[in-house]
Amino acid sequence: MQLTRYFSLIFGILICAAQGTQAVEGKLTIVTSFPKDLTEVYKQAFESSHPGVSLEVLNKKTTAGIKYLQETAGNNSTDLFWASAPDAFEVLKGDGLLVQYRPQAPGIPDRVGAFPINDPDGFYSGFAASGYGIMWNERYLKAKDLPVAREWEDLKNPVYHGHVGMSAPSRSGTTHLTVETVLQGMGWDAGWAEWKEIAGNFKTVTERSFGVPDGVNSGQFGIGIVIDFFGLSSKASGFPVDYVYPTVTTLVPANIGIVKNAPNQAAAEAFIEFLVSETGQKLLLDPKIQRLPVNPATYKDAPAGFPNPFQDQSIGAAVKFDLGLSKNRYNIVNSLFDAMITYRLDDLQAATAAIQQATAKLAGKDNPEAAELIARARALVAKVPVDEATANRSEYNAIFKKKRKTADTKLEGRQAEIEQAWDGEIKANYEQAKELAEQADSLL
Amino acid sequence: MSYQRGPLAVGLLIALFLAVFLVIPVAKVVVVAFQDPHTGQATLINFADFFRNSLFRESFVNSFYVSAMSVMAATVISIPLAYFTTRFNFGGAILIQTLGVIPLIMPPFVGAVAMQLLFGDNGSLNLLLDAYFGISIPFMSGLNGVILVESIHYFPFILINLSAALNNIDRAMEESAQNLGASGMRLFRRIVFPLAMPGFVAGAALVFIKVFDDLGTPLLLNVNTMLAPQAYLRISSIGISDPMGYVISVILVGFSLLSLWVSLLALRGKDYATVQKGAGGLMRRDLRTWEKAGCYGVVILILLLVLSPHLGLLLLSFGTVWSFAVLPDAFTVEHYFTVFQSASQYITNTLLYAGLAALLDVLLATSIAYVVWRTQLVGRKWLDYTATAALAVPGVVLGIGYLRTFHGLEVPFLGQSLASWWVIIVVAMTIRRLPYALRACVAAIQQVDVMLEEAAENLGATKGRTVYRIVVPLMLGGILAGFVTSFATASVELSATIMLVARESDAPLAYGIYEFMQSAAGRGPGAALGVVAVVFVGLGTYLSHLIIERGKLRRESTSIVAEETAS
Repeated sequence: MQLTRYFSLIFGILICAAQGTQAVEGKLTIVTSFPKDLTEVYKQAFESSHPGVSLEVLNKKTTAGIKYLQETAGNNSTDLFWASAPDAFEVLKGDGLLVQYRPQAPGIPDRVGAFPINDPDGFYSGFAASGYGIMWNERYLKAKDLPVAREWEDLKNPVYHGHVGMSAPSRSGTTHLTVETVLQGMGWDAGWAEWKEIAGNFKTVTERSFGVPDGVNSGQFGIGIVIDFFGLSSKASGFPVDYVYPTVTTLVPANIGIVKNAPNQAAAEAFIEFLVSETGQKLLLDPKIQRLPVNPATYKDAPAGFPNPFQDQSIGAAVKFDLGLSKNRYNIVNSLFDAMITYRLDDLQAATAAIQQATAKLAGKDNPEAAELIARARALVAKVPVDEATANRSEYNAIFKKKRKTADTKLEGRQAEIEQAWDGEIKANYEQAKELAEQADSLL
Repeated sequence: MSYQRGPLAVGLLIALFLAVFLVIPVAKVVVVAFQDPHTGQATLINFADFFRNSLFRESFVNSFYVSAMSVMAATVISIPLAYFTTRFNFGGAILIQTLGVIPLIMPPFVGAVAMQLLFGDNGSLNLLLDAYFGISIPFMSGLNGVILVESIHYFPFILINLSAALNNIDRAMEESAQNLGASGMRLFRRIVFPLAMPGFVAGAALVFIKVFDDLGTPLLLNVNTMLAPQAYLRISSIGISDPMGYVISVILVGFSLLSLWVSLLALRGKDYATVQKGAGGLMRRDLRTWEKAGCYGVVILILLLVLSPHLGLLLLSFGTVWSFAVLPDAFTVEHYFTVFQSASQYITNTLLYAGLAALLDVLLATSIAYVVWRTQLVGRKWLDYTATAALAVPGVVLGIGYLRTFHGLEVPFLGQSLASWWVIIVVAMTIRRLPYALRACVAAIQQVDVMLEEAAENLGATKGRTVYRIVVPLMLGGILAGFVTSFATASVELSATIMLVARESDAPLAYGIYEFMQSAAGRGPGAALGVVAVVFVGLGTYLSHLIIERGKLRRESTSIVAEETAS
């Protein structure tokens, strides 16, 4: 063990030396979705270790960044794309906007949790890992006398009604992974039922993923479903909040990839190497950044209590994540979540409140008729307008794909048409569920 | 016909500008709305889908309801402020007018956080109410929350345009009414307000269309069932670009034009022009002591309400940690030091961009107003409609359109793409804020009697000289109102800018705030930057009011001299 580390150190020095001889200089343009707190740290460190290079960091939302690269591809001026969500990189890769590069730095394992760290095809590489979990505001929970929730199913508890916030999977790639993880872990129907029961307690579905930690930090709502570094860095910034990983979670790498026709390919490669180098990995532990390094060796410098997925096998390992399945039904899951939860949150909340109230009244009583009504109401809320087999079928998914198919591929309908049918069904189900629950309530 | 040649050239130039920087880029993006999602053939099926969808119908109704209610609420807020400060001898009128513009400058993200911290379900006000009375009021939830925030945010459109119009009314009208025995509410209701109608309608139309198309507020309150957020959420989702987002954009543009047309109908067949203009507006009346006290009470109450978001912003910028509490835990000036280095760059950029954009806006707006109201050119109204349609084009769409249209275009001598040159940000701001300046200038020209121009021409002035010496000076109040609204709102523009910033050194303030607001530690510095933006734009507004007031005083004194020599 000691020997390999020693060896890798020498190897690393050799690589650095080799790169040192290569004249890396000029301007390096990076489009990123990462906050200034992260980019500024790396900009300074990289520029001082590579004196000839100056970094131009362009901060854009992930979606705006993708659009920017797509629209400017004809006359590209960007060297690197640097962002969290692997699916954003998949979109760029699919459009042929990235080039292959495999980092040389030693000591990076193949996987973190159940997820491969680097793109198997080599178009983008992971430099940090993140997982989804639950974040809460301690003052809020204390004032409202609420217990801490540590698992997804805790969030179904009626005491949390109106206290939970989350972002939508169509808005944030990492949120998508959380939703998909639960769907894969529990199965299609049970997974959606779980999400809808949790969502019945939502106060809000935020438009951007940072809206969730922001809401918890200011006390707008008490509990948020967030990615780890939002929780950890909020805590490190002094907010009265804390964060926990539930058992069912997926660790996903945050990535970087070289843009096709990069004006400064050499500097771009040097920057990737710097990110995964020992120095670069250590910077992730900065209190304002707080992301999980992908190099297991870096954890020896981490503060006490910092989660280590390479040692603590319980983080992110419970679900064997099927990337192919996720990719295939990606847009359906997004559209379904929006149709059932984001856009119909008021109706869902009302139905859930009625069910929760009736259930509370039923407790300790023997009233089979009311129990039956409540069960029917629950089933109506849980109902998904699409079954798993249909959702997984690629012809059905093609309707939701962004690229238009050629004229001769026959499709079953337009997205708008299908969404309209869903919306009608969902709304009617929620309304009927509310009525049934109220009926049960009146019997008790 | 020869005298039409000048206006014709100007009209064509403006049409070209609008075509290149608005119509073509937007058309390149929204063309998807008219294509069959499978085959790419031209079709209207997507619009049929829109009206078949219950969610979209519901969103449409909600947007309409919120816009109409916001206009009413904004009117209630603006009328006292405008009337008291223009009609009576009222100390601090300029200050009140300036403070009345501040709500327009709501920095992105931080403004939202500040509002939630004050008025949210667990904001300061509700925490206090809960502690003392055991109640809480949902100020910020649902459609009513949107109406509250929108009217606080956009009432300055009515205030500014109404004030400009009130200042333009011939004082002889009011004096005649007073001589005939009218006073108080009756004078206001029957004479003053009807005569100020062009300004009010200009402001109200702006508020209506702006609220109808507004994205920021519904998103901040997480209200999704309105049209603009539906369009935005669909256009900016990862991976999906389904045509419905663009269909909604087209519908937003269409409906905005429709409401503009209706607002023009409301003014048709009436003449608002008054001849007596050069003499500097009306006489201000004195108030009795108790009346004055009452007026100040109302004004202070309104200002407290509309400036509370900025108070929250100030607290946020000086606070350390502010979480589920009435006030921040402690206070510090550290955030201002954090932004100090980067701020100067952002401020110079913002002042340069917003200043240039506002200048271009009033130039274009004055020309369009003149061409539309003073010439007989065929299709002149379409200049007005096209420019106003910009109000309904989402910033993302304009940004993408610019990248798509201008990225391959190299600027001569500069060797870089037009889409990554900072000037394109100015152009985007100009296009997006042109409708504000345009409404103000149109209202102003409606109040100028064409007889004054005819008189000048009879005395031998050329067309150009008449415009320069007669029309523009008489429209000055409206032009200034246009400049102020364009400048103030351009300085916090983000949605198109974020697509177009190609270099950090070119970035404006709003982008800087956005950068900070991506992380928990950036909230304080982001708020500090927001305060800096508000202060600078506020100062700019105050200065322009001072300049205009001074100009008015000078004109008044010369006209008195003229009257005296005449007698």
